[in-house]
Amino acid sequence: MANASDMATAAPARQAARQLNQRTLAPWLFLAPGMFMFALYVLWPIAQSITLSFYDWDGLYNQDGAFTGTFVGMGNYAELMADPAFETSLWNNLKWLILYMAALPIGLLIAIFLNQTVRGIRLYKSLFFFPFVISQVVVGLMFAWFYAPNFGLFYLLTEWMTGKGTAVLADPDLVTYGIIAAGLWPQVAYVMILYLTGLNNVAPDQIEAARLDGAKGWRMLWYVVLPQLRPATFIAVIVTVIGALRSFDLVSIMTKGGPFGESRVLSYYMFEKALGEYGFRMGYGAAIAVVLFAIMMIFISGFIWKMWRDETER
Amino acid sequence: MVHRKTGALALMAALLMSTSAIAQDKRVVTWNADYDPIPLAAAEAMIADFEAANPEIDVQITNFDHEAYKNAIRNFLTADPPDLANWYAANRMRPFVEAGLFADISDLWASEGLTDALASSLPSMTIDGKQWGIPYTYYQWGIYFNRDAYAAAGIEAPGEAGVTWEQFLANCETFKAAGIDCLTTSSLEQWPVAGVFDYLSLRTNGYQFHSDLAAGKISWTSPEARAVFAEFAKLQPYVSEGHAAIKWQDAAALLVQGKAAHFVMGNFAVGVFKEGGMTNDNLGFMVFPEITAGVARAEEAPTDTTHLTSGAKNPDDAKKFLAYMASAEAQTKWNAAVGQLPTNKNASVDAADPFLSAGFEALSTATGGIAQFWDRDADAEYAKAGMDAFQQFLVQPDQLEAILERLEQTRLRLYPQ
Repeated sequence: MANASDMATAAPARQAARQLNQRTLAPWLFLAPGMFMFALYVLWPIAQSITLSFYDWDGLYNQDGAFTGTFVGMGNYAELMADPAFETSLWNNLKWLILYMAALPIGLLIAIFLNQTVRGIRLYKSLFFFPFVISQVVVGLMFAWFYAPNFGLFYLLTEWMTGKGTAVLADPDLVTYGIIAAGLWPQVAYVMILYLTGLNNVAPDQIEAARLDGAKGWRMLWYVVLPQLRPATFIAVIVTVIGALRSFDLVSIMTKGGPFGESRVLSYYMFEKALGEYGFRMGYGAAIAVVLFAIMMIFISGFIWKMWRDETER
Repeated sequence: MVHRKTGALALMAALLMSTSAIAQDKRVVTWNADYDPIPLAAAEAMIADFEAANPEIDVQITNFDHEAYKNAIRNFLTADPPDLANWYAANRMRPFVEAGLFADISDLWASEGLTDALASSLPSMTIDGKQWGIPYTYYQWGIYFNRDAYAAAGIEAPGEAGVTWEQFLANCETFKAAGIDCLTTSSLEQWPVAGVFDYLSLRTNGYQFHSDLAAGKISWTSPEARAVFAEFAKLQPYVSEGHAAIKWQDAAALLVQGKAAHFVMGNFAVGVFKEGGMTNDNLGFMVFPEITAGVARAEEAPTDTTHLTSGAKNPDDAKKFLAYMASAEAQTKWNAAVGQLPTNKNASVDAADPFLSAGFEALSTATGGIAQFWDRDADAEYAKAGMDAFQQFLVQPDQLEAILERLEQTRLRLYPQ
């Protein structure tokens, strides 16, 4: 930048130009580090994945470090369309998306239940929040034991009730629901925390006014409390949708996509094809990743559009 | 980017190596391995023996976690190749051979007389008429059974000669009546089920069929393939329910507790059975019963191997070490420590271990041939499709037609006729 003597002798025109520079350049300068990181770690890998999805490549470079893949055009995508495992994964992703939404009402219910001043309420709150703190891997392991044939609590419970134990994770029809239930446990806790903070910001005078007007119960919740919780609901929907779409760890820990691939979701199928023990079809995996990315883009652009609209309307 | 990374890694490796070279002034051979604690100790003992005989060579082993190794090898073979790397025989090594990352060591096989001493492993180490590594250990598969479960069900336990297939199925019926799972297995990891299928296939149609099936040469809707599934269907009702949700160690626990009678497994499971409290008195081993009379008996014995890499910096000394690994002396010692079988026919096994002696006997008299395993004989993607199918058949035997149809489609896609 210019030094002090420059400034002293600067003509007014130059000063104006410098101000203009400051206004136009400075934001970009400040943005530069972030944009550089974003380009390097987000945009570049996305471009690379998309490129890779047009190749058939087993992930190996040869001895000289040269790429060994062959270009197949839309071949991977054509194969995906006819792949029954891909179809199963897609349906399972849809089940995840829909059922994961149950985290919202349940989370809200618990949040309202916990939003009271009783002795030791902080302890209860933290207990309810606990499942979100522990790692997904641990959640998966715990539920796998819970469902485990012969010694799992759930298995023994069903055995006691029906006379015949149900091994949820071995049953192709139940397995996805079993995993979703495990995923809901921490997700509900997450949504609950979002709503609890939201409830703190609900204006007490409005509640008071509504009460004077005779509102209570469901009507109070629906017309007075929920509208004020809108921002919390918005965030909760976003994190739940993303949580459902990126469900990978639970599937990997609890079933490895089994039995016979019935509990696969797109992210796990992508891993299996690209990086799993029997995979190393990098191009095919990349094609699945691109499809998953496209699905996520639908939601993400929806959210961004909504946020942009909210901000411009204000 | 790859090159830059290579450079950085090479620099780091060079720094590391130069410090050790200054300290010892020896010729270094680097070896990447994926050993559990016991095999690692055995490998270190083998290195110590080798270095005692070759004081000017320093073999440095870098040990990886078993699962992580499967990914790591794909990176380090290109980015920073050691002199030696562990891997597996047959189709498993094919990608690395075809990418030119493993070195051809046919000259070593010829000069050391290995084609004769390691004859049983020659086919599984050969691609394009050349040998690509040294097999130093394998282990038998077969049926492990709990004699206490036999006693509980009131059946006489099989003797040395095993039982016939009809007798085996009849026993299963009795076990079922007694509330004991005749056969336990795990299909959470799908490979144990692949072992069962392989044996049914080997016993029904023989080794050549297994090999051709794994190579995609045989239609899944052929009468021979259907015959295998017909035998599988006879066994299906007697397999532990919930096999799709348990790990093989949990299945082993069922056998140990006497809740299951048989387990088709590799010999490495003996350690787990014994940790669970079984002894040589109540743990039994038999070869899988004959199904089609007259089919030469073939066995499964997955082979572990060590390979010279194409990027090796010290190939001459690395070959010297490989020759030592192939020797009867080294293999006898390593396998005795680990409880597996040497591939060198001049090596010996511990006669006091009934499972090792039985396995050695079973493999050395297997006139049909030695199969690697479904997922090592078949190409990776094909292997996975097969294992999905075997698992599904165990859960939904009524879906046979759909299963075979899908397998056949996969075969036609991967191996266009």
